[in-house]
Amino acid sequence: MSSVALEVRDLVKSFSLDGGIINAVDGVSFQVKSGEFVALVGPSGSGKTTMLSILAALLTPTTGQVLIDGQNLAQMNEKKRVKLRREKIGFTFQSNNLIPYLTARENVEFMLRLNNKLDRAGRVRSDELLARLGLSDRLHNLPAQMSGGQQQRVAIARALIHNPAVVLADEPTASLDTERAFQVVETFANLIHENDRAGIMVTHDLRMCQFVDRVLQMQDGKLVKVYESKKEILELAQGVLKH
Amino acid sequence: MKIFFLATYLAVKEVIRNRGRFLLVALVIALITLLVLFIAALGEGLANGNRQYVANLDAQLVVFLEKSDFSISASRLETNTVKAVRRVEGVADAGPIYTSNTEIVSLPETLKVSMLGAEAGRPGMPAIVEGRYFRGGEAREAVMDRNVAQRSDLKIGDTIQIRSTQGTDDKFFDLAIVGLVDGQSYFFQPTIFVPSATWEKVRPQSEAELTSDTPYPNIIAVKLVDPSQVDAISARLTDEVSNIEVADIETTINTIPGYSAQQGTVQTQGVFTLLIGILVIGGFFQIQILQKVPQIGVLKAIGSSNGVVGLSAVIQIIVVTALGVGIGGGMTYLFSLGFPPTIPLVFNGTRSLIAVALLLLIGPLGGMVSIIYAVRIEPLKALRLG
Repeated sequence: MSSVALEVRDLVKSFSLDGGIINAVDGVSFQVKSGEFVALVGPSGSGKTTMLSILAALLTPTTGQVLIDGQNLAQMNEKKRVKLRREKIGFTFQSNNLIPYLTARENVEFMLRLNNKLDRAGRVRSDELLARLGLSDRLHNLPAQMSGGQQQRVAIARALIHNPAVVLADEPTASLDTERAFQVVETFANLIHENDRAGIMVTHDLRMCQFVDRVLQMQDGKLVKVYESKKEILELAQGVLKH
Repeated sequence: MKIFFLATYLAVKEVIRNRGRFLLVALVIALITLLVLFIAALGEGLANGNRQYVANLDAQLVVFLEKSDFSISASRLETNTVKAVRRVEGVADAGPIYTSNTEIVSLPETLKVSMLGAEAGRPGMPAIVEGRYFRGGEAREAVMDRNVAQRSDLKIGDTIQIRSTQGTDDKFFDLAIVGLVDGQSYFFQPTIFVPSATWEKVRPQSEAELTSDTPYPNIIAVKLVDPSQVDAISARLTDEVSNIEVADIETTINTIPGYSAQQGTVQTQGVFTLLIGILVIGGFFQIQILQKVPQIGVLKAIGSSNGVVGLSAVIQIIVVTALGVGIGGGMTYLFSLGFPPTIPLVFNGTRSLIAVALLLLIGPLGGMVSIIYAVRIEPLKALRLG
């Protein structure tokens, strides 16, 4: 039975705006198990990015709890949050994902360096992961020498190489064409399942939901609907269900 | 230690992969280095030209005429003052020094020189490096600065002719070169040394001065039994010998006409060059950090600490600055080989080392703002930029 890798309990994030207070995230609770790939969807301003930022330990919630691998983010100082990001979280961003002066291999290995785990076995695993993502011939290429899809795949390898409890992806297909986008998300989903990690992907593109196990729909900071059955998810991805 | 290795790894990788850009900055630093080192060398060269003779005196104190404001040219002492100074307890020896200017006309090109009268073997007369001291009395013999001898192709045994205006007439005197001394430039001119009686005969004189045969020393160089007793003996000399004032060597150098103003000017130029360097380097690294905001955001988001990001920037700045200073040092050396000897460049170890140390500091100082900026970048805001 899979364990709970990520747990969100009654999460609230408030911001002051024009003298008033708005709740960007308003009382959200959910769990994500190891080996489960979840999509976080919703219109602009629904609170997806704020939610992802809190899950990534980049933003502190106003109230509520976030537990990653059993560790409560709310009780951590900045130093411990940095350590948590390094050890327990893997991250891919929309763009500017990679360190531009490191090659594909060095970008992936950098996560192992950060975690003091860059040994022979780590190097082999890094090369294997890049090969699994179809980048064997790009190991020594700098990001500028790779396409957007290739860069995104390197970022996925970097997000997974150190075996984090949770892998977060912020619009990973935003800068890719449709074909590349499907390839990237499918590979991402497969790796999440194979490596038994908990994956959360924020996306605007509902078509990408066909590769996830669950869809969390947010609106006005609240979690308004959860799609759990494969049928519902596929219908959502194919545009049958109204978003 | 882990932070250091990570920071070094990132810094070195970035410099290597963007070597063109960093080399350009290093070359700017190299040019600043070249300028700073040349200004330092010029300062030392000019200072040497002005003070070398006084700085190398085998003495700790210099006696001037009272109220001469420690000006060598304004000071003219009584002849018996030398004996009075020698009698003061704590004084090991004292030598009179007579100063004037003349011209050597026997060379293909007329050479202006400082002609100093001194007593052989006494303070004020430098050590001979080749040949011998001149004889006493009115011997028409001279000891010469070795650099001048080499440049003028003169050697011991040669005779030079000098021209001095005495009254309204130009008089010519022959002097035999009998010895050479090392580096004794005074008042920007090479030096020849002659016996005091000869000095009185051959120096330029006004009509009124021609009536007297007695040489009056400008100053007296005083060597102490215990060189650490400078203040005590100085006070004793002033008490026991009438109509004098006493200065140490440093004060004497600083009161050489134009010396302080000249050194102040050169040092100000050096300081401003360093300030310009700080601004240039600061500007470059600030622009670079601004361009790297999203990238620093990613680094922090994936778990790099502020220590790694900040130290990486510091190491990068140090590497580029050191490279620039190294290239600049090499360029300075190569340029110095081709400079004519008439330009007074002296690469003094201490002054050059201070300049290099300051140059190595301008990088981190200039990059300080960008380093602070890098450390303060919030990953969340940085990533939204991306």
